[in-house]
Amino acid sequence: MPSSAGQYFSHQPLGAHMIDSQFSWFDLKTESPLATWQAHCREGRLAYQATASGRAVFHPRVVAPGSGEPLQWRISTGLGTVYATTVVRPRDAEPYNVALVDLDEGFRMMSRVEGIAAQDVTIGLRVCARMVEESDGVTRPVFEPMAAL
Amino acid sequence: MNGLARGSVAVVGVAESELGQVAAGTTPLDLMAQGVVRALADCGLGLSDVDGLFAASTQLRFTTMALAEYLGIVPRYQDSTQIGGSSFMSHISHAMTAIEQGLCEVAVIAHGSTQRSLSRATASPREFNPYESPYRPMLPVSAYAMAASRHMHQYGTTIEQLAEVAVAARRWALLNPVAWEKQPLTIADVLKAPRVSDPLGVRDCCLVNDGGGAIVLTSAARARTLAKAPAYVLGVGESLSHASISGMPDLTQTAASRSGAQAYAMAGVTAADVDVALVYDAFTINTVLFLEDLGFCAKGEGGAFVQGGAIGPGGRFPVNTNGGGLSYCHPGMYGLLLLVEAVRQLRGECGVRQVPGCALALAHGNGGVLSSQATVLLGSATD
Repeated sequence: MPSSAGQYFSHQPLGAHMIDSQFSWFDLKTESPLATWQAHCREGRLAYQATASGRAVFHPRVVAPGSGEPLQWRISTGLGTVYATTVVRPRDAEPYNVALVDLDEGFRMMSRVEGIAAQDVTIGLRVCARMVEESDGVTRPVFEPMAAL
Repeated sequence: MNGLARGSVAVVGVAESELGQVAAGTTPLDLMAQGVVRALADCGLGLSDVDGLFAASTQLRFTTMALAEYLGIVPRYQDSTQIGGSSFMSHISHAMTAIEQGLCEVAVIAHGSTQRSLSRATASPREFNPYESPYRPMLPVSAYAMAASRHMHQYGTTIEQLAEVAVAARRWALLNPVAWEKQPLTIADVLKAPRVSDPLGVRDCCLVNDGGGAIVLTSAARARTLAKAPAYVLGVGESLSHASISGMPDLTQTAASRSGAQAYAMAGVTAADVDVALVYDAFTINTVLFLEDLGFCAKGEGGAFVQGGAIGPGGRFPVNTNGGGLSYCHPGMYGLLLLVEAVRQLRGECGVRQVPGCALALAHGNGGVLSSQATVLLGSATD
């Protein structure tokens, strides 16, 4: 395993649709979607939001897109599939992966796949999230191939 | 249907400002003003005739305010709609509405950029997105690269087919005296160019130029009294689908399918009627996506459609006859220059790159990361 600091997901799925809150309106004087999401990340949980009908929502926001209804926080298993991928090749630095990952709960996020060469990340690859505290001091999810776990 | 009257308004004047690389100290407003005065001269109007002002720039917070001051005019109507490179197609739609409703009579649409002189990062600073920026996508190219990855995965599109788009653009550019690129380009050249964000390499990416221009619109009745043949606005459509690439529902399907359908319905035409297509080629994958979404070929067949020089000079269907953002000029937001070329093709002013008998031109703008799409159909006649 890489030696980055931070908390790790169990290799066992956490159980889909784990519910972390009730449907409620944000009080933007005391909480924000971003701060709540980042707090979950620090605890090793990949949070997303869902509507009453179970539709997954990401990026986090104060109301459901399309309906304006309140949202509920849920915790993802962190299991997903690479939807699209690229290798970024800066002129003066090592290449690295950027990918869009479709989580099994039905939301998509940008991240990167680590643990294999950037050019070996392929569409359809099954991946699992892992939390990493990055150099800016923020903990956020990256992914690793399931086969490598 | 949108309620606008097909052909009620026409583009009567067009002009580029200086393109490519401009003198140190030149500002976006200098380029816009140069374009405005040239476009007015193109149709025999003057600044005192302008009562509608439309403009967009990545370098000005309040674009019409700044341009109105610079030009010394007090427009009755103004609109700084900023949705990226397609802003100017959107401005046409809004100007048409304003002219039809009597809010203005002579509208000018302008753009200017000094992104080559200042650097892209300085001229177009990006917003920080806490859910994307930390992963360091090289935007905008990485977003388009991921769309290309998806198109290749789903439809078997190849990097050679994407290279065909760059080669066709270059061949057109060699027929355009003001194009930035002056040397021939082969598919092998495109493939061996350094990769920027896989699968896209340097030659799959648009130029980074200074430049700008302007166009003038007025009512069809007044247009018929002016110097040049009117380019009637027959159809307009615009649609947004997302802002960040992780919010795009399907990376192989753009909102051009909606903006195009709106424009075709208003104009009462189909893709088969179009004589020349000017589509926003910020990256080679764009041309493939837009040819599909605008109905020139079926979804997934864009790669095959562009093969064998099919969209270059002498090919089956002329696309981006000015040389495109890939080889002619890309001044930050390229949409305005697509409209300039569309009008010139309809007027028969394009010299060795002229499409014979061009009567219906499609100009399609794209903004953000495949985010905003706007389509304009221009015709040399209203019947």
